[in-house]
Amino acid sequence: MNIAVIYNVFVRDFRKQKKRIALTLIALTWGTISIMLLLGFGEGLQQQLVTNQRGMGESISVLWGGQTTIPFKGLGKGRHIALHKEDPAYLKERIPEIQYIGGEYQRWGVEVRYGDQVVTEHITGITPEFEQMRNHIADRGGRMINQLDIDLRRRVVFLGDELKRRLFGDENAVGEMILMRSVPFTVIGVQAPKMQMNSYSGSDEDKASIPATTFKAVFGDPWLDNIVYQPYDVNQMKIVERQIYEAMGAKYKFDPNDEDALRIWDVAESQREMHNILLGIEIFLGIIGGLTLLIAGVGVANIMYVSIKERTREIGIKMAVGARRSYILAQFLIEALIITFFGGFGGMTISYVLTEGFKRIPIQSDVLDFMGRPTISLEIGLIVVAILGIMGLLSGLFPAMRAASISPVESLRYE
Amino acid sequence: MSAIMDMKQIRKVYQTGKVTFEALRGIDIQVERGESVAVVGPSGSGKSTLMNLMGCLDVLTSGEYKLDGELVNTLTSNQLADIRNKKVGFVFQAFNLLPYATAYENIEIPLLFARVTGRKRRQRVTELLARVGLADKAANKPTEMSGGEMQRVAIARALANDPEIILADEPTGNLDSASGGEIVKLFNELWKQGKTIIIITHDASIAGQTQRIIRLKDGAVDGNGDLR
Ligand SMILES: Nc1ncnc2c1ncn2[C@@H]1O[C@H](COP(=O)(O)OP(=O)(O)OP(=O)(O)O)[C@@H](O)[C@H]1O
Ligand SMILES: [Mg+2]
Repeated sequence: MNIAVIYNVFVRDFRKQKKRIALTLIALTWGTISIMLLLGFGEGLQQQLVTNQRGMGESISVLWGGQTTIPFKGLGKGRHIALHKEDPAYLKERIPEIQYIGGEYQRWGVEVRYGDQVVTEHITGITPEFEQMRNHIADRGGRMINQLDIDLRRRVVFLGDELKRRLFGDENAVGEMILMRSVPFTVIGVQAPKMQMNSYSGSDEDKASIPATTFKAVFGDPWLDNIVYQPYDVNQMKIVERQIYEAMGAKYKFDPNDEDALRIWDVAESQREMHNILLGIEIFLGIIGGLTLLIAGVGVANIMYVSIKERTREIGIKMAVGARRSYILAQFLIEALIITFFGGFGGMTISYVLTEGFKRIPIQSDVLDFMGRPTISLEIGLIVVAILGIMGLLSGLFPAMRAASISPVESLRYE
Repeated sequence: MSAIMDMKQIRKVYQTGKVTFEALRGIDIQVERGESVAVVGPSGSGKSTLMNLMGCLDVLTSGEYKLDGELVNTLTSNQLADIRNKKVGFVFQAFNLLPYATAYENIEIPLLFARVTGRKRRQRVTELLARVGLADKAANKPTEMSGGEMQRVAIARALANDPEIILADEPTGNLDSASGGEIVKLFNELWKQGKTIIIITHDASIAGQTQRIIRLKDGAVDGNGDLR
């Protein structure tokens, strides 16, 4: 085999068959782009869903009081069980599996004022544990409520980012004084923006959070509205739940098997369901991706196939004037490799540019937020290009091999 | 003087699905070096089949074919390719030019496969174009040429590596009598220059210009010699 011969014939034919080659290139590029974008956006959407899911907190449970339905030790049913401010410490002491636990007061419709701005909003009294459990993370320049705030019953407030915007606009809020029910509070931090899909008491971005002790002093609520807790290990959720019934049953005298005496929302469980949904999405995207790949592959193969008759005749002509088999096949191989390389490389580059461009769209929009950040993967790109390349190669190479192995007369006569 | 082509008991059987057809039924033919021969016969008598075997474009079913002393049956595909490249030039009725390539490039192809490089190759193509009177059509593609011009390109291509033998299967079949006459003139010149010419034709006046006529009928030789 002579490289110069192959090179000469190849370069000449390549220039002469721009249309067919351009079409193949486009099909390959197009296929690569569509699959990479599909899977890239799918991946971004998934990650975003996971992030949103985390907005309220991961692996937590929320506990509310309830009403007994089973008579217990001479006490009738229908008694209300309320949560007291000592209960979180009481439970933590008895249940070693619990990592964080904190009680929470809620009050809606409180007048919040900053200067001339007056809004009516939702106030919660919380503890430092909420930073971890509920992702109450402060934006730069601020902080969350800490133990000292609790101990000293400081009049400090941690604002939801949306509430802060309504009160302060773009101005700095940390260090400013706001009035809640005419009581002055110092803003110590603003919630870092987060996507939140779940909630049991409204979106965190609209809330004003103050130390639970301060809350009780100002508003005088006798009971906690709810308790939030997080075990060390999410798999211990059910064990912890049982122990809570036991401990609270002992304390408030109800049957530990009385499901309705307390209400517990296992957020982690709905997260597990979410994971199944995510898995479903993944499988769905995989199938769509596979089908798209197939279509793209058929497209590439089709272009190769359409030109078989023409190319078989050309091979016949070349063989008739002295081409060796190896020249013909080498030419096909090189052509397929070049098309695959440039089409694949081009497709991957364009996909990358498109996704990067998408991420940089400056417009703020809930839809865009929800779409997340498309994440294209080099490996998927390479696999896609390899599959398309092989399909194109086979659909072109097999006829070429056939044409080169039969006699020139047969190739010339090919219909 | 030994024959440049020596065929003994050549048979060619075509198989189409389950149907077999014996197109050549034991042909014995010798062609001497420098001879000009016409192959004639009714349609379907096996002329093209014979010609394709002579030019190593197809494989025979049985028999013995010696080309310039070499037993063709035993050659490898690369050796056959080299014979088609250098020893025989083939001219088809349907021209068989590469549609996307210019006259120049079509003539260049056998030279590429023969590894003729650079200036030599350019010189040779230019020379051949002039030889067939197409110096001004070098950049024309087949669709931009007349039938006669295409056939002259095909002849130039057949001559590219200066083969000893020119095989032509009804080279004037698709041409009007004027351009057909030009082509015949070309073949006559080539013969005078010492090439062995074998030409299939239905045209008695063309056959009449050759030294010998071989007549085929139903896949067998029906007459051999001066049949005028
Ligand atoms: N590839 C093939 N498969 C089957 N039969 C074939 C094939 N090629 C030719 N034949 C048959 O072989 C016989 C001889 O064909 P060939 O082409 O050699 O005839 P011909 O003498 O060149 O005819 P024409 O003057 O019409 O060109 C015909 O009957 C034809 O049908
Ligand atoms: Mg014929």
